[in-house]
Order: sequence, then structure tokens, then C-alpha cells
Amino acid sequence: MDWTRILANVVGEFFSPITAAYAIAAIGLNVHFGLTGLLNMGQAGFMLIGAYGFAITTLAGHSALTGLLVGLAASVVFALLLGMPTLRLRGDYLAIVTIAAAEIVRLVGRSTSMTWLTGGNAGIAGDGFKDAFHATCLLPEGNSTILFWTYSNCYSNSWWLRIVGWLAVALFCLLVWRLMNSPWGRVLKGIREDEDAVRSLGKSVYSYKMQSLILGGALGAIGGIFFSLPQAVQADSMGRPTTFFVWTLLLLGGAATVFGPVLGSMLLWAVLMLVKSVMRDVIPSTVLNTEQIEMFSFIIVGLTLMLLVIFRPQGILGDKKELAINVR
Amino acid sequence: MSADATHPSPSAAPFADVEHVPGAKKPDPILVADGVHRAFGGMVAVDVDHLEVQRGAITALIGPNGAGKTTLFNLLTGFDKPDRGAWSFDGKPLAGVAAGNVAKAGMVRTFQLTKALSRMTVIDNMRLGAPDQPGENLLAALVPPLWRGREAEITAQADALLERFKLDTKRQDFAGSLSGGQRKLLEMARALMNGPSMIMLDEPMAGVNPALTQSLLGHIQSLRDEGTTVLFVEHDMHMVRHISDWVVVMAEGRIVAEGPPGEVMRDQAVIDAYLGAHHDTDLGDDALLSDEVAERLEAEADAEQADRDAKHEGGGR
Repeated sequence: MDWTRILANVVGEFFSPITAAYAIAAIGLNVHFGLTGLLNMGQAGFMLIGAYGFAITTLAGHSALTGLLVGLAASVVFALLLGMPTLRLRGDYLAIVTIAAAEIVRLVGRSTSMTWLTGGNAGIAGDGFKDAFHATCLLPEGNSTILFWTYSNCYSNSWWLRIVGWLAVALFCLLVWRLMNSPWGRVLKGIREDEDAVRSLGKSVYSYKMQSLILGGALGAIGGIFFSLPQAVQADSMGRPTTFFVWTLLLLGGAATVFGPVLGSMLLWAVLMLVKSVMRDVIPSTVLNTEQIEMFSFIIVGLTLMLLVIFRPQGILGDKKELAINVR
Repeated sequence: MSADATHPSPSAAPFADVEHVPGAKKPDPILVADGVHRAFGGMVAVDVDHLEVQRGAITALIGPNGAGKTTLFNLLTGFDKPDRGAWSFDGKPLAGVAAGNVAKAGMVRTFQLTKALSRMTVIDNMRLGAPDQPGENLLAALVPPLWRGREAEITAQADALLERFKLDTKRQDFAGSLSGGQRKLLEMARALMNGPSMIMLDEPMAGVNPALTQSLLGHIQSLRDEGTTVLFVEHDMHMVRHISDWVVVMAEGRIVAEGPPGEVMRDQAVIDAYLGAHHDTDLGDDALLSDEVAERLEAEADAEQADRDAKHEGGGR
């Protein structure tokens, strides 16, 4: 077994752009769930909206910044549409509406009638829309190798994307930390605990829930943009499984913590890579082929996560004392 | 009734000229409600023609279970919407106003089932109650200098209240780890952070131990003495008699009687609807357990029933 290669693959996952993308989307979900108690089951919908907004805008020849703003604006509109009818109701309704809305976005995006805009089933291939992001690259052209890892400097799955992606992760961690420890975050936590109590103290609960939904959704959209940049914008790559991965890694790291989503994302993808790589080397392809190994490793990781959530439901970084309190 | 004699009466003075009838006019009402009606399906929960609550006094709202007391609370504070009706608080119409804005207007309530924010510390629970914190705005929250000053004021105010309510040792504990009685105290203290001109307490004594009851009563009275209007729902008649200046009795959604505590509790309608003939008897007295007493009470109940039946028949003819 080639441990150097396996280890390089695993450690490479720690700082891959996809890991960063999931971390950002999970930071957004953490604002929803960890801070406000909103059950958003459609974070992938926000991601897809953001990715479409960015890709379509940049394909039309606009800059990466414009693309980002369009993606953000689209996610804000989406959040408003979802929030207006549901945020006055109890939490479960938001869960139903968000999962349905995310599916609607995906199904409309991949439908043949939308091919002119979204590329339909095939999606938007990388070559076109990535140019705007490459144009922002401050590194010289070419490839660079650092230790075991060789990537292009600017193009697609690049060092530049890693730098920008992880800077964004750091920035959003800082943002969430600042907000969590502010009076604004305190109101959100109060809403998470009991919104009627917060109402009785003279706060406009609806408005705060809407702000939370928009902020978390916008972070989801940015996550979606980073998710699409090393690959392509394809509706089915941001479907229900994506939402559940985001949830899984948030709970793994610890909801309502600042670094929980980041740690969760790094661990989930690295462990998955470790299991996959080891199995590929150990199990002969006559027993399990590559595709089956892919599925099997998800099963193993899923099982581990179930155990983790059962025995440590507050996640890795969660506060045990907080959990000891039986909520309702 | 000895409680009457010892009742501190300066606060009862405004009620000197008030008629002892349902819907009586008060000299200086802070809350005036008219024609408030709420039905759940065919069941009329609240049907209040007129109610005035005197400013700066302690008014008790009593009545049997299901009389509509809590529903009336919910309606007045914006947590439920009436089918019809209007009410004003401090001269401002409040019908149709959202709960958050009712609280902002100065009318703050507590809940029958305490709503402590469990996974927040006691001090954060308190801070949340304070109004006018600029840091509760999303953008201002990002710039601490904009809200640090106010936060320090709030914290000082919260600490003072916690001390007054003997919760200062629990400052950093999660509210979920407090006992039931302590949560009641915390909820009341939190409501006071808002500096309300009127506080509405839904069964403040339920589940509170006797020693704590005494101090809670003291708190409520001192609130009144500082000028806050208090309206509370309570089943504990000792407490009602002890601290309230005025009592409003509800039954089946309507107000059936009003008056000073001593008199209302002698009102035949109130005794029939709610209190029962022996409401003054100490149920903890072991003498009540003897067969002799039980037989006597039974005979009395039979006689009452017979009397009622006779009246009923008489009315029917």
C-alpha cells in the first residue's frame, strides 16, 4: 500500500476547495440552525442558486465580482420567497418548504426548457464561466508543487481557488463569531430557545428570523459558487445529498460553535477519502469495483456518523453542559 | 375577614369611589378593553364587554379553570387575535398590534408555563429583556463600539435585578439548570428589564415554594410602589387577598364580579362560580379528616344542592 499517496490524498482534502465550499455552506446553515433554530432542509438550493447566478452572469461577460453580487442577490430573493409564508409558522413548516423549494430549483435548472440559460441537464461547463475568476488571479501562470501537492496556479482546481476559498472561510468564521457574541446573536439564540418569550420581551421575531434566513442563505450561495468553481455548475451535483452532507458535517463539528462547520467539513471529507483510498488498495476490484467502493465508503462513514450523533450529539466542539439541559 | 383589616390601604384609595360591578369605571385606567370576544370553534373563551385596569395598582384576575383568563392575557398582549373587540393601553389603541410591539409599548407579560431560555445563561436571559440595544441591529452588531456602552448599562441593570431576586449567584448558569421557582423569578426579573409601565403575570406563584412566595409577594408590592401597574392571574386566594388592591372575577369568558378582595370573596356569585363555601377553611387542618366533619360537610353539600334544585324549579315555573 502506498501510504505516502494515501496520506497526501487525505491531507489534500483538508484544504481542498470543495471542503471550503462545504464549510461555507455549513457556516450558513449554522446561522440558520445553530443560532436561530431554523430547520433549513434546502441549503443545496441556496448553493445552486448562487452557483447559477455567478456562472450565468460571468458567462455573459461580466466580472467575477458582479457574478458574486448577482448570486447573492438571487439567494436573498429566494430567502425572502421562502421566508415570507413560513417564518410566521412553527419550525417544521420551514423544513418542508425549503426541501421542496430546493428540489424545485434543481428540477427547473436541469429541465430541457431551461437549456438556453442553465445548460439543462448537462449544466454549465467549466471553461466558460471560470474565466472571470481566473482573471482575478494574482499568482503567475503555470503549476506549482508544494510538498506532495501539485495544482495549477490559477486555473480551475487551483492554488488561487484554495487561497481565496479558505480566506473566505476565515472571514465568515470571524463574521459569525462577531455576530454570535453580539446582542443580535443573543436575540437569535433567544428565538432558538423560545420565540414567544422573545416576542414578550418586545423583539420582532419575524424580522430576526428573516435576517437569519437571508444571511445563512447568502453564505450558502457563496458556498455554492466555490463548489462549482473547481468543477462545473450541474443541477444534480447540488441536490438533496448535498443538503444532507452539509447537515452531517455541521452536526459532526458541532452546531452553534464557530469552528464546528469548518472542522466538520475537513474531517468528513478527509475521512471519506481515507476510507476510499485504503479500500481501493486493499479490496481487489473483482470483489468491489471503484464505484462500489465509493458507495461502500459512504456507508461506513454514515455508520460512524450515526454512532457519533448518538453518543456525542453536541458534535466534536459542542458544549456538553449545554446539552445536559433537556430542551422541552 | 382579618386579612382586610391588615391590608395596606393607601394603594386602595383610588378605588374608593369605584362601583363594585363588572366593568366598573376607574378614575385613571391604564388599560381599557371593550367588547373583546374570542371563540374557539363554537366555544366562547372570552367575551368581555368592558374592563378597566387602574394605573399603579395591583389588580388580580381570578376565576375557575377555563374561565378565559389566560386567553384574555394572550389577546391583550398580541399573542392571539380576537374575533372582535378593541382595547387601548395608556391611550394608544393596541388591537391588532404584534406581540413584540405591545411589549415595546410598555405592557410586558410572563407565561403560566415559564419560558426560561434554557440554553442561555441567566445573565443573557436578563440582557435580552432590555430595550434600545443598538447592537440588536445586524449591521450595528458588527461594530462593537456602537453597543458596548449600552451593554454595560444593561448588564449593570441586570445585575441589580438579579441581586434583588436572589439570583445573583446563578448569574453564569444556564437558565435550564434553575429550579421551577427560580425560573419564575428569572422570568419576572427579565420582564422588568424592559422597564414596563404595566406587567402582566400569569400565575406567578404556581410551583413556587412558600419561602420564595413571600419574597415574590414583596417584589410585586414594591413594583406597585414604584409606579408599575400589575395585573396578575392567580389561584392562590391567600396571595390574592394579601396583595391585590382590586379583584376581577371571570367565569365562562365573562367578567362576573369586580371589587376589593375582601368583598369580592364574599360575593355569592363568586362563591358559587369559583371559591366554594369553604374557601376560607385551611385544607391542611387535620381536624377536617375526621368522619364527623366529613359527614357534616356532605350534609351541607346535599342541602345546598337541594336548595339550588328548588330555586331552579321555582325559576322554571
